[in-house]
Amino acid sequence: MTDLILETRGLTKHYGGVHALTGADFSLTRGEHVAIMGDNGAGKSTFVRQITGVEKPTGGQIIFDGVEHTFQSPIEAREAGIETVFQTLALADDLDVPSNLFLGREKIRFNLGPFSILDKRAMKEAAMAALLKTGVKIPNIMNTIRNMSGGQRQCVAIARTAAFKSKLVIMDEPTAALGVQETAQVENIIRTLKEAGEPLILISHNMRQVFDLVDRIVVFRRGRIVANLRKEDTSGEDVVAYITGAKTGTEYQGAA
Amino acid sequence: MANTSHGIGGLTFDPKKRTRPPELNVLAALVLIIVAFEVLGRLFIGDSFLFNTRDNVDTLFNEQRLQIIILQVAIVGIIALGVTQVIITGGIDLSSGSIVGVTAMVTMSFAQVATVNGNPNPKAIFGPEWMDLPVIVPLVVGLACGLFAGLVNGLLIAYTKIPPFIATLGMMVAARGAAKWWSKGNPISFPTESYATIGKGMTPVVIFIVLAVLFHLIMTQTKYGKHCYAIGSNEPAARMSGINVDGHKVLVYTIAGALAALAAVVLSSKNLTAQAGMGVMYELDAIAMAVIGGVSLQGGRGSIIGTCLGALIFGVIISGFTFLKLDAYYQEMVKGVIIVGAVVLDQWRQTKRGRG
Ligand SMILES: Nc1ncnc2c1ncn2[C@@H]1O[C@H](COP(=O)(O)OP(=O)(O)OP(=O)(O)O)[C@@H](O)[C@H]1O
Ligand SMILES: [Mg+2]
Repeated sequence: MTDLILETRGLTKHYGGVHALTGADFSLTRGEHVAIMGDNGAGKSTFVRQITGVEKPTGGQIIFDGVEHTFQSPIEAREAGIETVFQTLALADDLDVPSNLFLGREKIRFNLGPFSILDKRAMKEAAMAALLKTGVKIPNIMNTIRNMSGGQRQCVAIARTAAFKSKLVIMDEPTAALGVQETAQVENIIRTLKEAGEPLILISHNMRQVFDLVDRIVVFRRGRIVANLRKEDTSGEDVVAYITGAKTGTEYQGAA
Repeated sequence: MANTSHGIGGLTFDPKKRTRPPELNVLAALVLIIVAFEVLGRLFIGDSFLFNTRDNVDTLFNEQRLQIIILQVAIVGIIALGVTQVIITGGIDLSSGSIVGVTAMVTMSFAQVATVNGNPNPKAIFGPEWMDLPVIVPLVVGLACGLFAGLVNGLLIAYTKIPPFIATLGMMVAARGAAKWWSKGNPISFPTESYATIGKGMTPVVIFIVLAVLFHLIMTQTKYGKHCYAIGSNEPAARMSGINVDGHKVLVYTIAGALAALAAVVLSSKNLTAQAGMGVMYELDAIAMAVIGGVSLQGGRGSIIGTCLGALIFGVIISGFTFLKLDAYYQEMVKGVIIVGAVVLDQWRQTKRGRG
């Protein structure tokens, strides 16, 4: 067993002529929290989609928990232990909150294959508990997601990862639509993960949040990793300089 | 307080002010339409639509008319149960009417008696060794027919990514062709006694109600139902959440095919004969019942209860026009108006929701 939970080597994704991600060498040790920063379109979400099985990379390797994986679907990545809050949230608008939380892994009362009877009460109670951790306010969780605010939807998506055991949590801009209080709550969830020793990849544009929460900052620029900075050795201005391209990390000089 | 515990984070909501289920609107429409026919009947033809006006029978309601309404919609209603599931997943099934046709033909061929009034069966399809079979044989054959057609629909839609409209349109034409080819266009008649009991009297209604209850439970209480709504609501999200979307679609269309086949069995048994033209336009009637009942063509919304109410509305309107002694041609035109009207209403609901 290595102390790396995730490693990518030369991970690359081209959408036709768009080189959204090029040669990403990324690693994450057990228990470590890393932020990925970068301008819009830098390739952050693309990177997430490659390591979570949503898309197939054009090239490169993904080593998760000591094993090389080629995830064929998000389910496989999830079964391997990667829980993700996607930027697009991936919620079913016409379903209520518990149904969304347990979508694809419903609690079952009687197993009858596809016609298994749902354990609605257990799902509702577990949903309540998971949502309480996010501190979100939802007047009626039996309402459909369609009628909920952006922040409420985001909290539902976050609660979905918090409700299940995992080896790695990935959150793509989890607090983008949240109010001050809800943001604080989500940051608390992240701190709880840290204390529990669960590794995390956090994508965020919020400098304060990143410096508060993570151990290390990886900067993406135009589809390439341009900096890998320990929090102690860097500053806000420094990170901004990497994001805008004013500076490039020494070991990445050739790349950018 | 059980109900306040729906909320989280200190926000409470008043369960009494909960938005009312859309089925209540459909029910209200049903009542309204019945009242309208009652009033029109009294005004124009001096008769009651709903109540018994004959002195010789001692019942409050015109039971005969009510029975006819329910019997009329029961058979197409069975199809509508399957169509509802298809539409909720965001698909459409145009092939059910043709599946009824071909299934009726094939099934009836296995349900024939050898001798009619001492003479050999004049409509015989197979030799005598394939006649007077126990009723289970035509039942199994019929069901297999529908399962197969539905399975083909599902496989085409799930794995070749042909739009459901096109795939089931193809099946609609092909299955109708098969129905005509089966006996070179000849009707098939003289079923066994036991086969004939399936569609006798009010049995079709009983079958419809049993199936409606069963599928209501399946859609509301099982994983299958939940996944139908999830796929129709947001297919990429359903995929990302780990639902086997393709497998689910195959299952949904197969079930729809099986239900169409059941309708064919009931219909051919009730009519004591099968013809290649059986079930023409049933697919549209079934879709109309679902849409009238609040099943959204965008997917993700609707219910079996809604479809049952939609079926009743459908039946009441058809029967109401007969009652008002309007020409059969009007009925067809009105059917067209109902179908388009229901879709317009659905889209209007969408835009209202979008703004709200
Ligand atoms: N399916 C796709 N087809 C073509 N181009 C794509 C596709 N998905 C992403 N891209 C392109 O890849 C680049 C990287 O996109 P990505 O979503 O990874 O950015 P991001 O860093 O997450 O940005 P943001 O901060 O705005 O979320 C962009 O230029 C985008 O337009
Ligand atoms: Mg992004």
